[in-house]
Amino acid sequence: MDKAKKHEPLFHIAKRDSLPMYKSWAIRCAAILVALIVAGIITMLLTGENPLNVYSTMVKGAFGTSRRIWSLLQSLSMLLCISLAVTPAFKMRFWNIGAEGQVLIGGLATAACMILLGDKVPNALLIVVMIAASISAAAIWALIPAFFKAKFNTNETLFTLMMNYVAIQLVSYFEMLWENPKGSSNIGIINQSTHAGWLPTIGNFDYLLNIIVVFALTIFMYIYLKYSKHGYELSVVGESENTARYIGLNVKKVIMRTMLLSGAVCGIAGLLLVGGTNHTITTTTAGGRGFTAIMVSWLAKFNPIIMILTAFLITFMQAGAGEISTVFGLNESFSDILTGIILFFIIGCEFFINYKLQFRSSHKEVK
Amino acid sequence: MAESLALELKGITKSFGSVVANKDVDLKVYKGEILSILGENGSGKTTLMNMVSGIYYPDSGEILVDGNKVIIKSPKDAFANKIGMIHQHFKLIDVFTATQNIVLGIKEGKFNIKAAEKKVSEITEKYGFNIDLNKKIYEMSVSEKQTVEIVKVLYRGADILILDEPTAVLTPQETRKLFNILRKMKKDGKSIIIITHKLHEVLDISDRVTILRKGEYVGTVETKDATEQSLTEMMMGEKIELNITREEPKNPVERLVVDNLTVIKGDGSVSLNNVNFNVYGGEILGIAGISGCGQKELLESIAGLQITTKKSSILYKPDDLGPQQLVGKTPKEIRKLGIALSFVPEDRLGMGLVGNMDIIDNMMLRSYNSVRGSFLNRKQPKSLANEIIDSLEVVTPSATTPVRRLSGGNVQKVLVGREISSEPKVLMVAYPVRGLDINSSYTIYNLLTEQKKNGTAIIFVGEDIDVLIELCDRIMVLNSGTITGIVDGRTATKEEIGLLMTKSVDREDSNG
Repeated sequence: MDKAKKHEPLFHIAKRDSLPMYKSWAIRCAAILVALIVAGIITMLLTGENPLNVYSTMVKGAFGTSRRIWSLLQSLSMLLCISLAVTPAFKMRFWNIGAEGQVLIGGLATAACMILLGDKVPNALLIVVMIAASISAAAIWALIPAFFKAKFNTNETLFTLMMNYVAIQLVSYFEMLWENPKGSSNIGIINQSTHAGWLPTIGNFDYLLNIIVVFALTIFMYIYLKYSKHGYELSVVGESENTARYIGLNVKKVIMRTMLLSGAVCGIAGLLLVGGTNHTITTTTAGGRGFTAIMVSWLAKFNPIIMILTAFLITFMQAGAGEISTVFGLNESFSDILTGIILFFIIGCEFFINYKLQFRSSHKEVK
Repeated sequence: MAESLALELKGITKSFGSVVANKDVDLKVYKGEILSILGENGSGKTTLMNMVSGIYYPDSGEILVDGNKVIIKSPKDAFANKIGMIHQHFKLIDVFTATQNIVLGIKEGKFNIKAAEKKVSEITEKYGFNIDLNKKIYEMSVSEKQTVEIVKVLYRGADILILDEPTAVLTPQETRKLFNILRKMKKDGKSIIIITHKLHEVLDISDRVTILRKGEYVGTVETKDATEQSLTEMMMGEKIELNITREEPKNPVERLVVDNLTVIKGDGSVSLNNVNFNVYGGEILGIAGISGCGQKELLESIAGLQITTKKSSILYKPDDLGPQQLVGKTPKEIRKLGIALSFVPEDRLGMGLVGNMDIIDNMMLRSYNSVRGSFLNRKQPKSLANEIIDSLEVVTPSATTPVRRLSGGNVQKVLVGREISSEPKVLMVAYPVRGLDINSSYTIYNLLTEQKKNGTAIIFVGEDIDVLIELCDRIMVLNSGTITGIVDGRTATKEEIGLLMTKSVDREDSNG
């Protein structure tokens, strides 16, 4: 007719039924493959390097030596630990982006015990005190925004975010207070000679304790979310607060309790970081993991077991990307570009798992 | 009837995943006629019309307007073809006035509010709409909001109007008003499509009826040749009995005594004002009223979910205990005493069920805490889920399917089934058949009647006055938070109840 007449669209989007497990994983694997190809092309265009070399360097960077493997496992377990911490909160649709601060506060409490009580009480007692202090400090830190959310319905996203800055400033204040040696304005290795308050190592493996603790936490969180009443209640609150109210749940109590747990696990992460591996604390001890953890948790759809995989993926990419930037003399930003590309495809492929494209006239399914 | 075609659908098919919502549907609408689309819930009426109005795009098939093939990809395209749809859930901006909402989103030419206002008032005068155009949406009743939606569509020049269940939220009087307006539009040459499942309305208003069943086109009949029975048979594909057997309550025992119940909302407005009534075991007490008249607050007060004023008293008299004051008790305590509330909200999921959880976990919502220890036991909920699926014929792939994947009727069966399974002494149900087809509705009515026979006191809040009259022993009419009358369900008439529903508003007006 006239220009108002439109063509049939080339394709339109339709929702699909739930896909069988193997198909959805096939799509995810395909997404990673496509991501690697795209990242490879971009590498070639920007740097002129052979992408296969780049990738093999990445793998070497992550798994090249047994030291690297251990260090990868250590980073993986720390990221996983914090991911587990934020999971109950996010499952309750409580946007806890304050894990960074909660970890720091846990670490700060650990450091405080080590500095103030080191060599004054028996080491075993010191470690018990450290555990209690770090867990309760971080739990209380997390409880504050939860309390205000429950009582006054404040926005938890902003609240937890801002608590991060408070935590960072607190840490830098204590860095000045406990600086060692004088004038260095950082804390240095705490109790380097006596090792007081250092968490024990198992055999010769520095990181094994952390890995075991986090593994146990993973199992705990899986059971907590799936089989405990608490886990059930928090998912009801997350899915529908009205329903929770209707069945007589005390929503405020659930919010506060869940954030206590979330904070407590962050506290454990702080304890392991300061008491187990770093033996010092700086403002970057949490190292942005509090934010990366959110992604890990969401990618795994809040399933702690799958979280092992997603945490591994991200840790691997970070380790590998760091390696290429040193080997090929590229700067850090380039490894961020690669990580970004890969994550884009991984997150983007969820669209094809939930929807399909239907092309004009033919009813072929794509992906 | 004018014999020129306004809209024609040919072989429309649409599926969502493996669910076929429409399969090869044909439809014809002439100019100057009212066509009803009749079908059970889930028969694909709304989906079909959503394709005409640009919300969905068909997988295959053709849409013809005035005999020309058109492509409708968005509501904008629909308006370009002079098609407008009034959805069940209104799409209005609360803080805007009627006029502002009506002219919203129109980009053509220079915007001139004066000219727009003039055009809007011309439309309202032409068809006899009774509406204050400067009133803000949040101050409006449901019927006024609906009027705004209709005027909005007319303002955009629609010649084909689609109304999705327009009477679901209206009182009988408002419905009659709406129908008069629709008849005027028809005389003006507009084509009107009404989606509905109320048979008497179909017979009342439409010229022709098109019937869909399970997404497929069954047939079209002239309304003058149709009866309720013949339409039902086409809809269901079989003969069914539409009766509620209402027995006289057997030895009714006083269960609830409500005195001076007053609820004042946070903003100071009174939701319930000095409400007094009694509820007896073995009877169904119906509550009638337009939406927002306080029925929700009433039920929530009894369930312990509303803060009531100090002088309010709700006395519950169980067999085994002395009278219990419910005011001041927590929802959990009240539940334990045997008082159940199932409220089906407009979105059907918001209260009482969790959409992303499966049927088993939804069964557990009420009972998970009765198991000792800190872990869940899914054994009993699982057998309850299977029991309900069997006895209420819930259509679901399995008990582990998330509830949100079920159709509306099945969701409600799950909800009501769970509430009844706890064998409450007082069962409150609000809109249990909201949006349900005839067959499922009667399943639910029969369930309630069954409970009544067992001596349960039932409070039933419903939208359809015909059903209230057929089902309830007594009907209490609420208006603006006040009881305007309690009538006998066996003798009351529709008009009488309709009047009571609007009466107190008039009184308030005259008092200033």
